[in-house]
Amino acid sequence: MAKAYTPGLKVAARTTHRARRLLPISGEVRVAVGDVVAAKDVVAETFMDGDITPMNMANRLSCPAGDVAGLMLKQIGEAVEKGEPIARSKGIFGAFKTEVPSDATGTIEQVSSVTGQVMVRGAAIPVQVRAYLSGKVVEVLPKEGCIIENDVMFVQGIFGIGGETEGVIHVACSSHEETLEADAITPEMKGAVVLGGARMTAAALRKAIEVGAAAVVSGGLDDQDLKELLGRDLGVAITGSEQIGITVIVTEGFGDIAMAERTWRLLADRAGRTASVNGATQIRAGVMRPEILVPLEPGENENEVDPTLAKEAGMLDLGTTVRVIRDPYFGLLGEVASLPAEPAVLGSGSRARVLEVRFPDGATAVVPRANVELIEG
Amino acid sequence: MHSEPEPPALDPDRIKVIVATDCGSTTTKAIMIEEVDGAYRQTFRGEAPTTVEEPFADVTVGVVNSVTELQELSGRRLIADDGTIIRRTSIDDADGCDIYISTSSAGGGLQMMVAGVVREMTAASAKRAALGAGAIVMDVIASNDKRRPHEQIQRIRELRPDMVLLSGGTDGGNSTQVVQLAELVAPAKPRPRFGGAYQLPIIFAGNSDARTEIERVFTVEDDATGGFDLSVVENLRPTLEQENLGPARDCIHDVFLEHVMAHAPGYDKLIDWTNAPIMPTPGAVGDILQTIARTQGINAVGVDIGGATTDVFSVFDGTFNRTVSANLGMSYSISNVCAEAGMDQILRWVHLDMEERELRNRVKNKMIRPTTIPQSAEALVFEQAVAREALRLAYQQHKEFATTLKGVQQQRTVGDVFSQEVGGSSIVDGMTLDLLVASGGVLSHAPRMQQTAMMLIDAFEPEGFTTLAKDSIFMMPHLGVLSSVHERAAMEVFEKDCLVVLGTCIAAKGQGKPGKPCFSYRMSGGSTASGDLAYGDLVVVPLAAEETAEVEVTPARGFDLGNGPGKPITRTAKGGPAGIILDARGRRLELPEDPVERRQAVTRMVESTGMYDDLEVAPNGA
Repeated sequence: MAKAYTPGLKVAARTTHRARRLLPISGEVRVAVGDVVAAKDVVAETFMDGDITPMNMANRLSCPAGDVAGLMLKQIGEAVEKGEPIARSKGIFGAFKTEVPSDATGTIEQVSSVTGQVMVRGAAIPVQVRAYLSGKVVEVLPKEGCIIENDVMFVQGIFGIGGETEGVIHVACSSHEETLEADAITPEMKGAVVLGGARMTAAALRKAIEVGAAAVVSGGLDDQDLKELLGRDLGVAITGSEQIGITVIVTEGFGDIAMAERTWRLLADRAGRTASVNGATQIRAGVMRPEILVPLEPGENENEVDPTLAKEAGMLDLGTTVRVIRDPYFGLLGEVASLPAEPAVLGSGSRARVLEVRFPDGATAVVPRANVELIEG
Repeated sequence: MHSEPEPPALDPDRIKVIVATDCGSTTTKAIMIEEVDGAYRQTFRGEAPTTVEEPFADVTVGVVNSVTELQELSGRRLIADDGTIIRRTSIDDADGCDIYISTSSAGGGLQMMVAGVVREMTAASAKRAALGAGAIVMDVIASNDKRRPHEQIQRIRELRPDMVLLSGGTDGGNSTQVVQLAELVAPAKPRPRFGGAYQLPIIFAGNSDARTEIERVFTVEDDATGGFDLSVVENLRPTLEQENLGPARDCIHDVFLEHVMAHAPGYDKLIDWTNAPIMPTPGAVGDILQTIARTQGINAVGVDIGGATTDVFSVFDGTFNRTVSANLGMSYSISNVCAEAGMDQILRWVHLDMEERELRNRVKNKMIRPTTIPQSAEALVFEQAVAREALRLAYQQHKEFATTLKGVQQQRTVGDVFSQEVGGSSIVDGMTLDLLVASGGVLSHAPRMQQTAMMLIDAFEPEGFTTLAKDSIFMMPHLGVLSSVHERAAMEVFEKDCLVVLGTCIAAKGQGKPGKPCFSYRMSGGSTASGDLAYGDLVVVPLAAEETAEVEVTPARGFDLGNGPGKPITRTAKGGPAGIILDARGRRLELPEDPVERRQAVTRMVESTGMYDDLEVAPNGA
């Protein structure tokens, strides 16, 4: 059979998307099934135990650990302020008593008679989960969170940094092949999701941060520029918690590479619309890719079919559009010209299953099947 | 004919057909082992994607798929109509197997946090116990780890371990510090990965006098977070001079099965199917390596380099150690290897022109698309250069960890006055290493075995005589569990089917000047050859697989090949596809500082081994 399975990134003009919005620990869910929520609405919240501050009280009172409990001015469960005396030594013949102030504001949680440690627990830390995607609540997971559903235009990127944000799409490049330079970034892009084209330069990203853009989406990025932006060499692709003042999404890969034309066109056509964007990427078991979601109006893009439903997702077939994802043809798009069943010997000397790709200029190349991905949709 | 899986009847004499699986993060690998003409052999293998994650969320689906492949290849029916694995009731049954065993590293394996009072002593012992059991150690908390208590608590809160191993204090010694440590861990309430009402398992293996207090600290009443499940075992450091890791390791395995595995999708079923407890994959690899070292009376090192991590196992004079270098790997972590080693260090192994900016982007592209494979010769050369550095860094970490016990008072003589060793020295000794076993994609799937051999030599720098081998199809995990049930079967398969001997490395320890004499050699037996090597030379003498040769080597003054500096030695060397590799490049292995000289040295190495011969190099270095 001239078919093979190769996963690809999803780019869909219209798809029904479900966002799971969960608390890290159990808490209260603030919405009910059927509620319509906006991206910024809080859907669930809870409180995490406050930070613990240990105090070596036996040392500070110069007494045995077993005596600490008897010298406490504040007892377990009592609230204390930072600097407030919480224990007092017996002193010598009632004089020269030493008072020990609390190192933190909170509640006395524990007084150990074995080690003489006193634990002060700080105020509980509120944790809120926002809707992120505007839409309808279709399921509530009691004490955990909810699931929000909406019809969206959905674009998966290959790599991102920075977490969830939202903004109005603002087109900065005139085509999918144009490099995003700093002079394309303007003050009007404050709070916007900036759409570039091919590679985004470090100067463009710095300018985007300077004007206060919410996110930048473009085809490629130089690793050297990423290093400069983060201030360190990124070792492992687990991202999302960076605090650099912007969310960045690379749709294709590292280096000089144009965004896939269809992806660019879909996003550019939605200029002025609000998009939910998340740069979080995790490339391990349970892979997570960055995403751009644009909620659609009823009827919009209705004739577009969800590619995951249109055919067997991930099936490589003759004529399927693929992108080569490794050198020496990295980034080139083409279509599958043949799928030989027998493994072939590569230039590296390895034997592997291959396919033949025909590029738009008519040239063909044989590449390992592992080195292509489907352009889904 | 067949029957449902029943309680294990593990009479070794009745075990003739064995099915074993290893449920990895991405692939479940099944093998069949059968007794053929009185000897155990691995006969068939099958594999299928692991099904721990959605949409299947049941590990047994992948197990059944992989075993079904065995069934199709062998013609022996192994899967019953109800989807379970068939066991034979009689030795004459044509269908089914006698035992089924499994290892698992799916779902991220076993992730632990370890705490001990003194970082170099009890905490180090606790880490050894956890690693030896096959865990990934997320962090080691110690009273003297230079973090302030609130920083330690914050760290504990951030981690989501499967379990915590707490140690500290020698038996009968001061118990205050270990209780203090427990008092940090308990209120921090580390949240287990499985969330909800899962009770976080805590294993206490410290001062026996502190047990009552430890129980008090971890008894949490009315706690919505689920609280703790405390197990108490013998102290893993009963005295400073003694390490007793067995009980803690066993307890880790029990807790792994009872708590961690039981929460992973489908494992409740899998636990019922197996005839021996499911082991964490690296724990099983460690077991087989120890069995080999013990039965053959050798020192051995094993390495498994994966996409995300590199595991190193060693057995020296019966002492086993394992380390996991969590962010040294060839796909997910390749960028980290480049960051840690530095691009200069990687490119020193490359004999072709390569452009750094382009390479940096290629490395990141491999990281974000980890399943791609090198297509061009240049990409292969670069990937193998990265592998050398990943392996070198992982082995360095291993050597620093595998030490004699620290904190032990030593009797010192006048002769020791000039010695700088203060205890805690590495027990890993390149000169006494007999066997170096490689596994993991970049090593086992290298297009040529010479490439695998040279990656091992450049990264591990073995000294004297060392047999180089690779695990043919990553069978060591299966054999590790099997060794706990049927040691003879495990050993026979290991030697006949698992291990592929690449050849033997004979390397001189010492430093010299390029071109000056290093050692001479004379070979007889399977191959006859003789010659002299100058410092910096690398010579390969072909010797076929299954053949051996007597090799007499005579080092020049200042060089050692196992019998002391300048003293000749004769040993038997095993042949293989990489032959006998005579290495006079010195130990430590240092390449010339000057870029032109270095390029020449690496080119000579590439040419003398022929490892990249006939590969097409694109003119643009693409």
